Amino acid sequence: MLAGVDMSFITYLLNGISLGSVYSIIALGYTMVYGIAKMLNFAHGDVIMVGGYIIFTIMSTLGLNPILGVLIAIILCTLLGMTIERIAYKPLRRAPSLAVLITAIGVSYLLQNLALLIFGAEAKSFTSVIPVKPLSLAGGRLSISGETLVTIPLCILIMTSLTIFIKKSKIGRGMVAVSEDKDAAVLMGINVNKTIAITFAIGSALAAVASALMFSTYTNLSSTSGAMPGIKAFVAAVFGGIGSIPGAMIGGILLGVIEILSRAYISTQLADAIVFLILIIVLLVKPTGILGKKIQEKV
Amino acid sequence: MKNQVLNLKTRVMNINKSTRSNAVTIGGILIAYVVCTALINSGNMSNLLRNLLVAMCYYSIMAVSLNLTVGILGQLSLGHAGFMCIGAFTGAFFSKITVNTINNTFIRFTLAILIGAVAAGLFGIFIGVVVLRLKGDYLAIVTLAFGEIIKNVLNVFYIGYDSKGIHFSMKDTASLNLEEGGMVVVKGAQGISGTPRNSTFTIGVILLIITYLIIVNLVNSRSGRAIMAIRDNHIAAESVGIDITKYKILAFSISAALAGVAGVLYSHNIATVQSTKFGYNTSILILVFVVLGGMGNLRGSIIAAIILTVLPEYLRFMQDYRMLIYAIVLIVMMIFNWGPACINWRKNHSLKDLTKKLMKAKKEA
Repeated sequence: MLAGVDMSFITYLLNGISLGSVYSIIALGYTMVYGIAKMLNFAHGDVIMVGGYIIFTIMSTLGLNPILGVLIAIILCTLLGMTIERIAYKPLRRAPSLAVLITAIGVSYLLQNLALLIFGAEAKSFTSVIPVKPLSLAGGRLSISGETLVTIPLCILIMTSLTIFIKKSKIGRGMVAVSEDKDAAVLMGINVNKTIAITFAIGSALAAVASALMFSTYTNLSSTSGAMPGIKAFVAAVFGGIGSIPGAMIGGILLGVIEILSRAYISTQLADAIVFLILIIVLLVKPTGILGKKIQEKV
Repeated sequence: MKNQVLNLKTRVMNINKSTRSNAVTIGGILIAYVVCTALINSGNMSNLLRNLLVAMCYYSIMAVSLNLTVGILGQLSLGHAGFMCIGAFTGAFFSKITVNTINNTFIRFTLAILIGAVAAGLFGIFIGVVVLRLKGDYLAIVTLAFGEIIKNVLNVFYIGYDSKGIHFSMKDTASLNLEEGGMVVVKGAQGISGTPRNSTFTIGVILLIITYLIIVNLVNSRSGRAIMAIRDNHIAAESVGIDITKYKILAFSISAALAGVAGVLYSHNIATVQSTKFGYNTSILILVFVVLGGMGNLRGSIIAAIILTVLPEYLRFMQDYRMLIYAIVLIVMMIFNWGPACINWRKNHSLKDLTKKLMKAKKEA
């Protein structure tokens, strides 16, 4: 029955969805921060890199349980995200957005160079934290890696629980209110500073999860290995419509699939160019992304 | 005598304010040029600084030209390095294939600069037409995307030539099918190497002054006022009959062409030009110059570009810590410059205020 289907295509597709799931988890951090603080957090990608190094240190240097490593990474990254927000971004709350953007770039440089100082320039080889064995299907012709088996359901779980959290909980609804109108939210008794801090905390915790998943598949860990996934996730967030949670998921998965398929069938070197080209085409047809809301400008 | 001095003073004061400011900037550049040349000739300049002189020029040109897009047109572009890349490659390509046919270095290099500028400008028009209807962060991400596409595509270009003409391939050197004696000019990821190193500090300074004059003249013209009107309120600008698309593309393509000039200067300054050098990191670096120097302030862009080009080199004695310090300086400067609390603090503790208070206290006493 399945004999006619090209097995390698299905493998690529699954790999693409898996990579895309990681992108969408990172993109969630981008999109939430953008929706609430109206800023592009360029340092988000580097939080992933920091998460990777934390897990690496706990697993390989201290020799502890990988799951414990991931948990500690989540806690430390959350603290890191909140610290960055408190020290670098909060003083610029009412400053022009470009000033905040450059500060975020500064934070990104800072994290990269700190990592370079502590861990050295040599790339580290990350050991997978996922204990699931690969699944063999269709008489061994289709093999699904353990990473893929864990990543995709985990991504769906995160997405649903985050949606429920934002729709149902008091803090989540506070976030929506702040993103709609900051001043009105203050009048309704919402603590804007606290809400923004929580948003950064959630985004950074998700970045730690993403780092565990990503470095388990792409094992090369260096001080700049968070930058490109960060940019790609940002592209995914814009792709799906920045500020929208399901948009981040759709954008991330589309991006991952396009990237893996063009890497497999067109050209390894041109894969990134193709991803960016499709982004441009999508934005030209629908300037606010796939699920983005059209904002009517008031005169 | 005294009368004459006074006369001169009133005449200077009567000159248009922007003309005076331009004279100060260009004078500053010329003085810096004279000082640097004197230092080189007397052998007092360190090798480190001497190697950076041309770099300062092309980074300044990049910063001034990006300022046209970001500060004067008010559109955030994260792909400026892409235009520099186009200029660098077309300029170097031209110089390499004509190195034996055009013997006069001056003519060849001038032509290379013009070709680089035109090629980057054409790309600027093309990209401008495509993306300039997007706004804000969407525009930023699309310009970033274009910059990355230019970088990645040039990274797989193979171009060679022989007696039959120019051959092109996107696979490898062998698929160019060159006949014997043919030369491969662009070698994929290895880029173009062996470009004649025609860039000098003098040419760099001349190009910087020309760039500066082009932008200043544009800003002070009718078109420049239209461009700034679009920045300040595009709806109001449109309602008084300004053709928004036309002026946006005008500013964007001029900015791109000037970045192309910087690219030609860059590619004729180093041995090898590779497209991977022009990623979004370079674009962001240029944007940092513009924002730190002050958006819309051309002199600030030049100063910031020079300081930030020299600073990392002079922090080398701290070795591994230098980029860390660079990052911290960047963050602290941004917060000090733009943080509302810091702006208030500066207002209350400014030198002017302090002297005023002192004078007041003196009077009361």
